[in-house]
Amino acid sequence: MSTYADAALRGFIAALGGFTFVGIGLVALNVIERKTGGRIQSRHGPLHVGWHGTLQTFADLLKLLQKEYIIPRGADRILFQIAPFLSLVPVLLVFLVVPISPGIAALDFNASILIALVFPPLAIFGIMAAGWSSNSRYSLIASLRSAGQLFAYEIPRALAALSVMMMAGSLSLSGIVERQAAVWFIAAQPIAFLIFWFASMAEANRVPFDLTWAESELVSGFFTEYTGMRWAMFFLGEYGALIGGSVLTAVLFLGGWQGPFLPPVLWLLIKVIVLVMLSLWVRWTWPRFRIDQWLAFSWKVLTPIAVANVLVTGALLLYLRGGL
Amino acid sequence: MVTNRQEFLINMGPQHPSTHGVFRLVLDLDGETVVSAEPEIGFLHRGMEKISENRTYEQVLPLTDRLDYLNSMGNNIAYTMAVEKLAGIEVPERALYIRVIMAELNRIASHLISIGTQGLEVGTYTVFLHCFRERERILDLFEMASGARLTYSYFRFGGVSRDLPDGWADEARAFLDLFLERVDEYETLLIQNPIYLKRARDIGVITRELALSYGASGPVLRSTGIPWDLRKTDPYLVYDRFDFDIPVGEHGDVWERSWIRLEEMRQSVAIIRQALDTMPEGPVQDGYSRYVVPPAGYAYVAVESPRGELGFFVVSDGGAKPFRLKVRSPAFVNLSLVSELVSGVKIADVPLIIGSLDPVFGEVDR
Repeated sequence: MSTYADAALRGFIAALGGFTFVGIGLVALNVIERKTGGRIQSRHGPLHVGWHGTLQTFADLLKLLQKEYIIPRGADRILFQIAPFLSLVPVLLVFLVVPISPGIAALDFNASILIALVFPPLAIFGIMAAGWSSNSRYSLIASLRSAGQLFAYEIPRALAALSVMMMAGSLSLSGIVERQAAVWFIAAQPIAFLIFWFASMAEANRVPFDLTWAESELVSGFFTEYTGMRWAMFFLGEYGALIGGSVLTAVLFLGGWQGPFLPPVLWLLIKVIVLVMLSLWVRWTWPRFRIDQWLAFSWKVLTPIAVANVLVTGALLLYLRGGL
Repeated sequence: MVTNRQEFLINMGPQHPSTHGVFRLVLDLDGETVVSAEPEIGFLHRGMEKISENRTYEQVLPLTDRLDYLNSMGNNIAYTMAVEKLAGIEVPERALYIRVIMAELNRIASHLISIGTQGLEVGTYTVFLHCFRERERILDLFEMASGARLTYSYFRFGGVSRDLPDGWADEARAFLDLFLERVDEYETLLIQNPIYLKRARDIGVITRELALSYGASGPVLRSTGIPWDLRKTDPYLVYDRFDFDIPVGEHGDVWERSWIRLEEMRQSVAIIRQALDTMPEGPVQDGYSRYVVPPAGYAYVAVESPRGELGFFVVSDGGAKPFRLKVRSPAFVNLSLVSELVSGVKIADVPLIIGSLDPVFGEVDR
């Protein structure tokens, strides 16, 4: 068997395992979000299906599977049908390169961070396609918003990751995690951590950056016209982006699987859960920005700070290594 | 319709999650910016004023419940006061106090919905649900007194339908103690939230002249700095016996209107406490004017509803039914400002501005 076929097979198996894990994670996150949201809003959340409503999500998925797929009149039929996949799959590809234990990642090579940074933004094509093909004016506004804000959060996000890459001297996620054995990068790069985390939440379209489905003005934004599982795939895409963003934040800034006593996988899981819970807390208590305010904040505050952070990091590294 | 100016029309409503009922706003958009807006009302028109002409005076009372359904007690009061003025009926002291208490509790309940929906419009559900939790307690109090949770018809000409049940005052006091803490919570959660401040400040600004020329009243008028509140400027019932403040704004923006509503809830709590403490014993009905045929003539009574000046103009020709009943609806008058306010703002601010005018379409359309 050729090495390529071998690598492809291993990648396929790893991806299958990884996606199963992610699928469970998405469902679990849905349950956690509903229970947490309920707690914050002084209500119970789901209560009747399964133990304390934990199986509610499965019941909902079953219901969504049975629903009719409505394609609105005047919609671009092909684009309308593939848009949910376009928005879900790129988000999940991040998990291919995440190191979950020392030496264990579905796909581990010396520039794996590029995949983690490049693939999630591709989900924007799904959102734009959904908004455009729906033939609804609310959806169109939402997709234009998402296109407009793409660079507003991707550039600070990439710059924040860049300062970590510079400190680690590596483009490999496993290498970055290994460099954090003594001190997590959050201690050295707190500003980059905040920027990266904000941008990750923006990428997941979470409050306060959920402008693309702002239901108070845009009904449901880009997925207004979607029904059934296609609608659910956008939702899963949002959860996938949230988990993916949290995993990356944990890997880049919180030492990934590093930690004493407990197994490495568990450490990564704990860090991800903490980050996810923080974002849920924000999501259930804070209002959302207006599009121009968010863009102004991003271009006038986040991006300059991220650039300055990269420059200062670079200068310090040069100085410490005797280059200056 | 896409025109060559690259603008397009968007129909906001009547089926839209944040139009506060059935309200349609045809927005002419240039990208995200609103160029002009045309409001369309009447989706909830039930012809109440005309129906009233075919009902006896006491049969009109349940209709008033359904005008501003968030302020049914206030509507009942305004209507009964108008008929009492027309027929020259004296109301016992205790009934006046009960009316004040109920009106203020209903003001709190109405403002809770207003503040909660302001939260919804900027994308936070939590305040909304917390507000509804407290509103439930108020509805429980109303249910104890009147037997109904939304359409009370609690008041009668010459008093109230029945006295407060035993233990009601204690329940009310317990609620008020709890409620003041909760108001602080809403303030932290929404009103003083940095993003809400950013969103609501300097949006939907109403100038003094604009407010006066449209005849706006209530928090919409007071946000422009005019301390005009009928409870102070033209005291009715027994409001002149209580000590309370009228919060006013300066800039007339969305944030100040929501802040005024928050402060008014605190003031209402103060009024209810004073009323509960000083409420006299005695009858709650004068005993003979429950069914009344007023003499020919007319009377206008205005009260301060949560939305502003709520007026009932009753004309009698001496018969058993009103010859004409006209409702001066504050929500209708305030809502007429909407197309002035939304021109030039971003589409995201449109629901926020509509919400800050606090329209209730049962009253706008009547």
